[in-house]
Amino acid sequence: MLRLFPAITVIVLLLPVLAGLIGTVAPGFGYFPAVGGTSLSVQPFRDLFDWAGFRPALSLSLRTGLIATAASLIITMVLLAGWHGTRAFRWVERVLSPLLSAPHAAAAFGIAFLIAPSGWIVRALSPWATGWERPPDLLIVQDPGGWAMIAGLVAKEVPFLMLMSLAALPQTAPEHSLRITAALGYGRVAGWFKAIFPRLYARIRLPVYAVLAYSLSVVDVAIILGPNTPPPLAVQVVKWMGDPDLSMRLVASAGAVVQLVLVIGVLCLWRLMELAVTYAGLHAIYGGHRMRRDGAVRAAGLGLGAMSAGMVILGLAGLAVWSVAGFWSFPNALPDAISSRSWMRFGPDLLHPLNHTFVIAGAATGIALILTIACLEAEHRHALTPASRSLWILYLPLLVPQVAFLPGLQAITLLLGGGTHLGMVVLGHLVFVLPYVFLSLAGPWRQWDARFDTVGAALGVTPNARFWRVRMPMMVAPVLTALAVGLAVSVGQYLPTLLIGGGRIQTITTEAVALASGGDRRVIGVAGLVQTGAAMVGFAAALLLPRMLWRNRRGMRG
Amino acid sequence: MRGLELRDLHITINGAPLVTVNTTVAPGQVVTIMGPSGVGKSTILAAITGSLAPAFRFSGQVLLNGTDVTRLPPPARRIGILFQEELLFPHLSVGANLAFGLRRGAKDRRAVIDAALNDIGLPGVADRDPATLSGGQKARVALMRMLLSDPQALLLDEAFSKLDTDLRAQMRDLVFTHARARDLPVLMVTHDHEDAAAAGGPVIAL
Amino acid sequence: MKVLAASLAATALIGTTALAEPTPADWDSILSAAEGQTVYWNAWGGSTVTNDFIAWAGDQVAERYGVTVEHVKLSDTADAVSRVLAEKTAGQDDQGAIDLIWINGANFASMKENGLLFGPWASDLPNWAYVNPVENPAVVGDFTVPTDGLESPWAMAQVVYYYDTARLPSPPTTPAAFAEFAAANPGRFTFPQPPDFLGTTYLKQTLYDLLDDPSVLQKPVADVDYPAVSQVLWDYLDDLTPNLWRAGRAYPQNGPRQIQLMADGEIDVAISFNPNIASNAIENGELPDTVRTFVTDNGTIGNASFVAIPYNATAKEGAMVLANFLLSPEAQARAQNPAVLGYGTVLSMDALSPEDRALFDAIDLGVATLTPAELGTTLAEPHPSWATALAEDWVKRYGVTQ
Repeated sequence: MLRLFPAITVIVLLLPVLAGLIGTVAPGFGYFPAVGGTSLSVQPFRDLFDWAGFRPALSLSLRTGLIATAASLIITMVLLAGWHGTRAFRWVERVLSPLLSAPHAAAAFGIAFLIAPSGWIVRALSPWATGWERPPDLLIVQDPGGWAMIAGLVAKEVPFLMLMSLAALPQTAPEHSLRITAALGYGRVAGWFKAIFPRLYARIRLPVYAVLAYSLSVVDVAIILGPNTPPPLAVQVVKWMGDPDLSMRLVASAGAVVQLVLVIGVLCLWRLMELAVTYAGLHAIYGGHRMRRDGAVRAAGLGLGAMSAGMVILGLAGLAVWSVAGFWSFPNALPDAISSRSWMRFGPDLLHPLNHTFVIAGAATGIALILTIACLEAEHRHALTPASRSLWILYLPLLVPQVAFLPGLQAITLLLGGGTHLGMVVLGHLVFVLPYVFLSLAGPWRQWDARFDTVGAALGVTPNARFWRVRMPMMVAPVLTALAVGLAVSVGQYLPTLLIGGGRIQTITTEAVALASGGDRRVIGVAGLVQTGAAMVGFAAALLLPRMLWRNRRGMRG
Repeated sequence: MRGLELRDLHITINGAPLVTVNTTVAPGQVVTIMGPSGVGKSTILAAITGSLAPAFRFSGQVLLNGTDVTRLPPPARRIGILFQEELLFPHLSVGANLAFGLRRGAKDRRAVIDAALNDIGLPGVADRDPATLSGGQKARVALMRMLLSDPQALLLDEAFSKLDTDLRAQMRDLVFTHARARDLPVLMVTHDHEDAAAAGGPVIAL
Repeated sequence: MKVLAASLAATALIGTTALAEPTPADWDSILSAAEGQTVYWNAWGGSTVTNDFIAWAGDQVAERYGVTVEHVKLSDTADAVSRVLAEKTAGQDDQGAIDLIWINGANFASMKENGLLFGPWASDLPNWAYVNPVENPAVVGDFTVPTDGLESPWAMAQVVYYYDTARLPSPPTTPAAFAEFAAANPGRFTFPQPPDFLGTTYLKQTLYDLLDDPSVLQKPVADVDYPAVSQVLWDYLDDLTPNLWRAGRAYPQNGPRQIQLMADGEIDVAISFNPNIASNAIENGELPDTVRTFVTDNGTIGNASFVAIPYNATAKEGAMVLANFLLSPEAQARAQNPAVLGYGTVLSMDALSPEDRALFDAIDLGVATLTPAELGTTLAEPHPSWATALAEDWVKRYGVTQ
């Protein structure tokens, strides 16, 4: 029975993605019976290439995706190189969970308010320092260069890469290597990059690819912070999907195919860049430069890391202030009037979606946990060694752009008579929740000292009883963390809920995005905070429950 | 025949031969396996308890009191083992750790546990967090936990290596005394000659 | 691919023709079938005042007719069109997810053309008696496309502009004056980015104002010399765009976004389709109370908002009951109250009883809302092909310039 679970898990992950891809790609080649497209043609692609915004949109996606990923990776690595194991780094670890759990949309709204010409930063400096009585006419948010969007992406991806790196780091035994490089006279950063980075990178390669694929195809952050003349390709595809002219669906599908090709192409390009960096790195290692004066690099790493974290935290604080603001004129740094009116007005509307959010998140995460634990336990009991490609399967839903398979998945769920059942939405979420839950739990699960199990067996206790009485209690903290990660991922899902739920299933995130379309910062404040709160509940539980549970068990704490 | 017998136990790693043993441990006797690290000492014990890692394969038989236990599931073998680490379950109290090993059907479990703790000189610690015990105390609890499960043989996997010299001698005495009192065959893996000398039984050098 | 094609074809063949369709003319049977139904009303959710109104309407029909209303808040009405289309693609010809859509213009034209709507039913509603299509042709012609009873009107809207008197004492009321104002105050005017509904309306309104003979706009684009007619607009925008907010390199994504921009002092004047927008926003603390409304000299475009029922809706009867309630004098008077919504009524005052008429007379217009007389001439919506053509053209000229 247990042996079947790895296969079931693979099907749960692959089937929706592959089926969705087929359902999305077919209209791109003209097959779309509902609007009379029954023959294969390349006309949708011709129409796509004829769109005046095609080249700029493509190059925008390419540029923002590459820069955001490279910047996130560099900031994470410099921060680790300069500060891992120091006192300052504990602060980094402390802010990691809240930063990770803040949903992308809420973080982006917060950042938009912070950096806009009428935003908090300008308000704080006006008019005493800037002389501005009215906001300057500066194109900061939604700039054609996409820099605001890149900033928003970096602020959310650095915590993710940091988490992944911290999980992988112990396997590279960084303290030993650093002691040796220091003894050989290398500066901290140089020693780190030469001795640890290559081994660490090999372990976080897939997360980096996931960040790259996500940054290339992001929709919600791009709508909020990205340019619109034209938008990145993925946003335009979503717009076309919603065009009243139904024949635009064909162009949208063609766009989704191009988006998929773009992601695959850029992943290949990134791989080539990896090889180039490896080559250059070897030269640098042979060069033997010690770079003992690396204070500036370390400061820059800490500064950039603090900036990206600060943007999210201050942005969320800004949302909180807006949520209780009456009228708030420029350039006042605080509202002219404070009122609970926005909470009274919008708060009750959010209760119902909140309920749905937790039902969906709870079910998707619960199933993901069961599948994950069953796979890991099968691996342990039957001494299975996971093939290296199994990790790729796990990452597949994170690598394939959402716009390239969700529209097709929607059509197929309808085809199967799935209708708009909550269950289908749960399955849609599961595709995205499962990889994160698995990745989060697999490390601690596999690192567990199997001799506890040997002892249990020698004491005459059966495998099932050992699982429930020894392993699960000892895994409570990692299981709760995986649960929190799963909940946060599910809470943040926008496109899967919207498309598979047919709008009938509203979660706090679809509600927040719909309410936010009106641009009223008070509503955005309330919805963004509730959304962030919903995502953080799990992390709070993961932090507090083990402490309460193991109050008298020192061996169970850290 | 009583005791623990390893009959042509032959272990391979990824197909390559690793180690072969043929020995019999009589009840109350301690047989020591010595050798440099990497030679496969602990692997022999893993084969006996049935927790061999997937890279290893073995042929031959393990007989306990005349019964072939080679194909039995590990919990049914009734072979106890002590490692270098005590491996007390960190989420259970000291008493619950002992209760974990206590055979089902034992009457008045709490009294049995209290008596056992008395027996190893640790009265009244049943409700304590195992993490608050000293190294020597933990080792004694681990031993008692194993004995309470009523094993028919005992394996020692570098069980004393972590302890300092004084404690080490005490602990060795305690283990051997209890094992002899229960007439258990003991197979000990160590790299320490003192351990071997204290055991007083045959030594197999690998 | 083949499997998918085969199953699509199979589902289409089997279909479902056996289901009994409701007969709108037999209102009693509609009422009894509606009781206990849940109506999923898909309506744009970006405006909190309309959300509140929809919630109120839902409470009323629940209480009176036992019809539960779930407001599915859309960020774009086209999402609902997509959904019905996706259902049709998958052969789901009944038990659809959507029962009622707040719709008009191109979305209606598209659904009508693709056979995605149920009906005709609108003129069978009991409250249709209060509507007078002769007096107000907009209730049966949606952007010049005949409604053919496939959708029922529930609100009138008219283009207005709003401005902050604290910064702009006298607003521009002609295209030339707008250009002058923008040149003198660069960055203080913008409009929602076409193809947004309101942004496209701005293009149509400005073209109306610029043309000597706007009657060409009533014909389909294909029937007129479109490039020649529209050229005057592009010449005008070529001059205006560099003086727009952010020099025309970014635009607000929809109408309500302009409210925040005006509150922050980024812009001085903005367009809206809701004559009551300023009073509402002041009431909600979103705008300072110095904001006022105006219309341009030649009159502004007006249209009706409708509700339509998808061909595969689950609760068609409940949807009709809701649509009928929206047409009631009580609901219409509430919608016209600026403290609630401030939408114009689609009813004919002459068709109402004196008591019902008194409901409308008692409404207190807000501080920044124009009276019907001040709103002036209502211009008819151009043929929907104009919206499509102008938006497409605008995107090509100004929407993809980096």
